[in-house]
This record gives sequence, structure tokens and C-alpha cells, in this order.
Amino acid sequence: MTAATPCWSCGGTTDGLFCAQCNALQPPKPGNLFARFGVPAAFDVDGAELERRYFELQRKLHPDKFASRGAKEREYSLQHTANLNEAHKVLRSPLLRAEHLLRVKGHAMPDGEHTVADPEILMHALEMREALAEASTRAEIEAVAAGARTEAAGIVQELSAAFAANDLAVAERLALRLRYLEKFSGEARERRVRASA
Amino acid sequence: MATLLQIHEPGQTPMPHAKRALAVGIDLGTTNSLVAVSENNKPMVLEDVNGRALLPSAVLYQAGQIVVGDQARAALKDHPERVVVSVKRLMGRGAEDVMRVANQLAYELDSAQAGMVRIKAGGRVLTPVEVSGHILQELRARAERVTGREVRQAVITVPAHFDDGARNATKDAAKLAGLQVLRLVNEPTAAALAYGLDKGAEGVFVVYDLGGGTFDVSVLRLQMGVFQVLATGGHAQLGGDDFDRAVAEYFLADRARILGPEKLSSGDTKRALAVARQAREHLTTHETGSWPLDINHRLSWQSLDQDTLNQLIASKVDQTIGICRGVLADANLEPEELNGVVLVGGATRTPLVQKQVAAYFGKPPLADIDPDQVVALGAALQAEALTQGSDALLLDVTPLSLGIETMGGLTEKIIPRNTPIPAAIAQEFTTYQDGQTAMMIHVAQGERELIAENRSLARFVLQGIPPLTAGAARIRVLFAVDADGLLTVSAEETTTGVRQEVAVKPSYGLSDEELAAMLRASIEHARDDMEERTLREARVDGERLLHAIEAALRIDADLLEAGERQSIAGGVERLRAAIAGRDRGAILDGVEALNAVTEPFAARRMDRGIRAALQGVAVSALAERLAERPEGADGGHSTQK
Repeated sequence: MTAATPCWSCGGTTDGLFCAQCNALQPPKPGNLFARFGVPAAFDVDGAELERRYFELQRKLHPDKFASRGAKEREYSLQHTANLNEAHKVLRSPLLRAEHLLRVKGHAMPDGEHTVADPEILMHALEMREALAEASTRAEIEAVAAGARTEAAGIVQELSAAFAANDLAVAERLALRLRYLEKFSGEARERRVRASA
Repeated sequence: MATLLQIHEPGQTPMPHAKRALAVGIDLGTTNSLVAVSENNKPMVLEDVNGRALLPSAVLYQAGQIVVGDQARAALKDHPERVVVSVKRLMGRGAEDVMRVANQLAYELDSAQAGMVRIKAGGRVLTPVEVSGHILQELRARAERVTGREVRQAVITVPAHFDDGARNATKDAAKLAGLQVLRLVNEPTAAALAYGLDKGAEGVFVVYDLGGGTFDVSVLRLQMGVFQVLATGGHAQLGGDDFDRAVAEYFLADRARILGPEKLSSGDTKRALAVARQAREHLTTHETGSWPLDINHRLSWQSLDQDTLNQLIASKVDQTIGICRGVLADANLEPEELNGVVLVGGATRTPLVQKQVAAYFGKPPLADIDPDQVVALGAALQAEALTQGSDALLLDVTPLSLGIETMGGLTEKIIPRNTPIPAAIAQEFTTYQDGQTAMMIHVAQGERELIAENRSLARFVLQGIPPLTAGAARIRVLFAVDADGLLTVSAEETTTGVRQEVAVKPSYGLSDEELAAMLRASIEHARDDMEERTLREARVDGERLLHAIEAALRIDADLLEAGERQSIAGGVERLRAAIAGRDRGAILDGVEALNAVTEPFAARRMDRGIRAALQGVAVSALAERLAERPEGADGGHSTQK
């Protein structure tokens, strides 16, 4: 961490968010999403702690708290909270968190569209899709979706172990499998809503 | 004449100590609008001089006058062509996409103009923004009158499902009414705020908000002062108006069976809708009823009972339940996981709505706070929070996905629906031709795969891209949604670092110039309206004095000498001429001069009256006679106070 830049408004010292002298909100600084949240860059996160930090930061930074402040602080508040919401979304989701952590560790994953298909993963995805297509009642769809959820939960545990061992190649493969499963779960959810409608 | 306008006796204004400006909460509704204020977390709805909280969102345009509210709604019966109702359904919409709605709701549109839709009423051509501006102006005036304070800032609620165009239109309308919008708050969120802060509700709640023209359903988690919207959904064109339309169609079909087919003007349709509305509202508390429908001077009596009404509206109510199901799925919740269901909006008084909501969610819905008022109360709480500070925290989401057009007219979602706001997403684009220096980006809002089926928000051109080989330039476009749910776009060419000026031209909005012109016109109109009113008042005073003098001369002309008679005649002549003109000052001068020359006459008449009265009349009778003195010259005097 470099020394904090002085306050844009009065030149005073800041704690990174606010000026200690004039209390002006400071502009957001670049950094990974873990750092923005003030949690260590690791796959295992404490969900309750994450929520607590999220609300605590929102209370400090939300645009509603700056409605009667100057344009500059209002703009910074917007940037801070947009970042915060993005960080919250990523850190809360095991898949997005794994992908982000791989990037932070310099091991970028291929984009969704250009994935080099792993035949094993593809085969499995096709099988699940067939099962979903055959399911017609709400209960049948729910059964297929539950299977996908159980499988996803297992992958999250394996991801935790892979990151703990710093085995990024394995982590990447697991993250890819999780990506397919999540996409599939989304489709199953939509099917279920339509089936019951 | 000042006494005619002064509502409160001096020193008796409700909040006499406070002179500082006040921020209000406004529920700008399809059918009714309200204004509320909050102090110390105690919100209250402000009423008009007749004690009515609801201001009908109806505007009457006639002979240089703009009348908002009950009088305008009442005028629907006799002059439907001068009245605009349900204008909220047109907010932010383009001329062509509104034609369908227009036919249903009986607006007369000016089809000659492209872009934003324009309504014809009372000889004027108006945008929905102006009409909404007139409603907001009336609410602002009410707030200033009741509180005795200046009102320049407001939190205005909008349906959660309002798209970017409709939100911008609402902000523009506020500008026309001289109001700075502190925040646009989603209606169901405002309602939750009122429940959470006022009733201390905690847990996961669904707000089912069926208004006149829009349907919203939001799922919120309320805990320790945090109001977190988990998911929201709805329909921008589904509400009590649709119930009315179903009833009106039923009435008209019934009439046609008895009276034969008839040709209907848009005014006739408005009339039928007004009767349908009356019927529907009656049936919220009664089993059956019948109403007269007078079209083309042919009267029919239309009756309706609860069962028939339920059949007419069943499909619409089912549609709302289907939307609820989708929103719960988005929030990943089952009905049994909810702590409560809150009803908002006048249309939720419909018995069938209450029954179906209770059946789907498996619990009786809450309506502790008046469903007509709860949104305005929440808006007032938020207005107080934004200006005075608050411990509460309101975290809302985008109601609709934001996307851009890609090859083949498809939509690529950039910010999916139910993303917490503020949100900012950067997207990188590249060129697909060698030497390409410009690129068109088309932004739309909605959930459909084809861009044409979503709502177009804006098209803009990125210019000044360095001419490189195809795919070499990198343009980073930042899509940001602020806390009002409004989109802004900025762009940067990342290889050269050249910042792009992005001129976003809203597809159906008003340009800054148009808005500025309207603002000028509205200020001039306001001045005109005010001048017109004071002129009329002066004329009324002058005429009253002339009548009084004429009457006195008929009875007591013998009390005057020839010279006096002449100067009074001269004064009468001058005042009459002034009344015929448009100079208010001249009229007031004329009144004053005439009062002065008739003063001795008035005194002499008084003496005569008393003498006559004292001749053999009992004192009580005298008092009575004095009390019923003809509206003599003193009628003019009293107006001078």
C-alpha cells in the first residue's frame, strides 16, 4: 500500500474513503474486489461478514447520504457504490469469485463465448440438458435442478481445496464446470416458472 | 380582495415557526396524486382546502385556464375534449408506440409530430411532460399553502417498472413545475419504507402495487433499517384503468344490444370509462349497482354485479399473479418464505385482487396503511432522509435489463434486471472494418432477445476512432445507472486514451432546447394565469360596486345634489370603461375614486335608514333590518380591506 493521496478538497490526510480533516469523500482507488471490501483475497469467504461489510460500506457511501453535498462528492459516491455493488455480486457468487480470484492471481480464464470445450464437460452438459428437456412437470424439473445444485455444491468444496493448494489449473477446470452448471440452473429455473404458469 | 385568497388567519398557520424551504414527497399517480411531508420521521399527507388528500390526476384546459383535480375530472362528463386523464401512461413514450394505448384510453393525439407523443385538449397541443408538470405545480402550490413554506425540492415516486424514458420525462415534468428532484424512488420501495419506518416491519416482504395504470411487485428484505430490494417486476401498462376498460366495453356492448350500434367519439369513450370507474369503485364495497350512461343524448342504465366484474377482470388479475411468480423466482424465494404481503394502490381494493393475492401468497395481505397514501408517505420519509439525514438505507435495483444491439438485430444484455443500483459496467467494443472511425451504438431496455422488441432508449455515434485495421481499436463504453435508475453513457478509446463525447439522444425524450422553451412558456403562462386571475377579481369587485351604486340611486337619489350626482355619474362611467379594459390598476383606481365620491352619499343613506328604522320599530327588529341591509355601497368598501 502506498501512502494515501491528500484530500482533493482541503489537502488533509485521508483514511482512503474520507478526509480526516474536512470529512470529504475521496475518489475510489483502483484495486481488486477483495481489497475494496477489505477482506483477504481467498476463495473461502465468510458470507455473514461479507453482508455486514456490504451494509456498513453502503451506509457510509450510498448516494442518498450525499444528496445535499457537492457535485464532486455525489459523483464519487456513485462510483464507490457502483464498485461496491459489483464487488458484492462477485464475492457472493462462488463462480464469479473463483473467476476473479484466478484473474487476481494472474491466471485469466477464457471468456464464456470462446471456451475451449473440454469434451468431458460438454458431454455432461448435454446429458443434463436432455434430462431437462424431457422433464415436463414442475416436480420433474425441480428434481433435475436439485441434481445440478448438489453437483455445484460439491464443486465449490473442490474449488476451496484447489485454491488452498494453489492449484490454479485444477481451479480453472472446476470453475468451468461450475459455469456450465450455473447456466443450466438458470435455464431450469426459467422452465420451472413457465411450467407452473 | 386579499381576504378571499388568504386561507389561514394571521398567526394561525399550521407551522408558523418554520420559514425554511421544505422538501416534499410526491406520489404522481395515474389516477390520483398526493403530496406529503415528514418531520421527525412522522409523515403526513397534505389535504386541499376541502380536506381531500387525493388530487385526481386530471387536467382541464379551457380559455387560458388550467384546472387540476376534482373540477377537471367532473368536467369529463360535459367537456371530455378539454380534459386530460391518465397522462402517466404516456410518459416517455413515442407517438407510434402509444397509438394502441391511445385508442383504449381515449386520448386525442396530434399525429403530425414525430418523437414524443402530443395530446390535444381544449385547443392546446401538449406533451405528457407538460400535463404532468401542471399536476406537480398544483401539488407544490398545495404544499406551500398548507405549510406556509417554500417548496423547491421533492422526492417523486415512479413505478418500479418505469423505463429510462419515463423516468427522464418525470424529472423534466418536475423541472417545469419548479421542483428539483432529490430522488426518484420506486413506488413499491417507498411503500416498504413507510411500512418499515412507521410500522417497524422486519423480514422479507412482497409489495403488490396495482395502481391506475401500472403494476409493480417488489420483494424486499427489511432488517435493521436497511431496505434491500431483492427483485422487482411488473407491467408498465396494467392497472385499474384496464379494469375500467373491460367494464366500459361490457357497458357499451350491452347498450348496443338494446339501442343498436352507435358511433363513438373519443369523448364518448372517456365518458363510458368514467362511468365504468364509478361502477368498479362502487363494487369494492357493494354487491351490485346501476349507473346512467348518457351518450349522444341517449340515456341507458347499466348494471353490474360482483360476479360479472370478476369475470371481466379475471384475466388481468391472473396476469399480475403470473408476474408475482416470476419475481419470486428471480429472488429465489417460495411464497411460504415471506413474512408478509403489502397491498399498495387504489386498485388493490378490488375484492378479487385481494382474494387472489391471499390465495397465491398463502396469507392475508396487509393494508394497515391506506393503500392510496402509503407511497406518498414513504416518499415524504425519503425526502426528509435526504435533506435531514437518516439511519435508514435504501438499496434498490434496476427493473429492466439494459442491453445493446449486436449483429443481426439481437440484444446483448449489459446490465441485467435486478442489478443493485448504482451500477456501472464497462464493455469493450472494436471496429469491424479497416480504417473505421465511427461506430453506432444502440441502447435498449427490456428482456427480449430481439432488439426491436425491447424499448429503444438511445442511439449514439462514437466518433474519432483512430483509423486502424479492423479489430485493433479498443473502445471502452461505460454504462452507468444512478440511484434514480437513470442511464448515462461515456466512452473512451483505450489504445489512444482519447475520451469520447457521447451525445445520447433519447429516442422519445425532449431535447434540452424543447425543455427550455417549455420552461419559459410555463413561467410566462404562470404569469398570464396569475394576471388573468387578479384582473378577473378586480372586475368582479368593480362590478359589485357599480351594482350597489345603481341600486342606491334607484332608492335614494333625492339625497344627492345635482353636482354630486354628476361626479358620481362620471366615476361610474370611468370605472365601467376601466372594467371593459385589461388594466387591473385602472379598475382598482376607479373603484377607489368611486368609493370616495359616494362616501357622503352612503353616510346620508345610513342616517335615513336609521331614522326610518327608529320610527316605531322594536330594537330587535332594527338589528335585523340593519343586518339585512341591501348590499349597498359598503359591499365595495369591504373589498378594500
